[in-house]
Amino acid sequence: MEKIYTNEKLHAESLKPKKSTIEFLLSYSKALSVIKYKKLEFDTLVN
Amino acid sequence: MEQTLQDSVLVADYIKGDEKALELLINRHSHRIYSFIFSKVYDKDVTEDIFQDTFIKVINTLKRGNYNEEGKFLPWVMRIAHNLVIDHFRKNARMPKFEGSDDFNIFSVLGDQALNVEKQIIKDQVEADVKNLINGLPEDQREVLIMRMYKDMSFKEIAKQTDVSINTALGRMRYAIINLRKMVEKNQIILTN
Repeated sequence: MEKIYTNEKLHAESLKPKKSTIEFLLSYSKALSVIKYKKLEFDTLVN
Repeated sequence: MEQTLQDSVLVADYIKGDEKALELLINRHSHRIYSFIFSKVYDKDVTEDIFQDTFIKVINTLKRGNYNEEGKFLPWVMRIAHNLVIDHFRKNARMPKFEGSDDFNIFSVLGDQALNVEKQIIKDQVEADVKNLINGLPEDQREVLIMRMYKDMSFKEIAKQTDVSINTALGRMRYAIINLRKMVEKNQIILTN
């Protein structure tokens, strides 16, 4: 029986961002607030 | 259609301060966006970085109230991801990355700096042409040009050695170059390799 040497394909299931990446994004979003004062814009990142 | 509508509702909710809406949006589209990035870069770590940067841009834009593509959330995010993929390739073109693998061949990185026979012949020819051109210059101009270009002397030194002012030395150099150009044009000489 011939062996077929092919590269193992990445399963569609594995093509997802890491949980930690999503958690980081959600934390970043929660921490970020944009304050507008007249024509000025201030970003604040609260840890 | 329903999902598009929901996206726009979620975006509106997020802009109003509902953080949960962002989580829903990310979870809903993460697979598609992640797959899209991966299909371009074929590297999971790079994909992860670009995915993260994409949503950081999304968050910044939404929080600043600069988002105005209501109903087209996914195409908008995909475009951001696409632009970041292009940025990634541009950056890599400037700074090529060499992966350490068994197939890594050091000679693909190290070029042979020595000229091949053909290039050497062309270089010799160009140098001979330049030499002939310089010999065709008036004596005072040739003297200044040789001191400046071949002996790497400063104009101050040249002025002192030839017993003229710096301005005269500069002027002679200028005329030397102008005359060389004229000779090149007149004789149709090609000085490139």
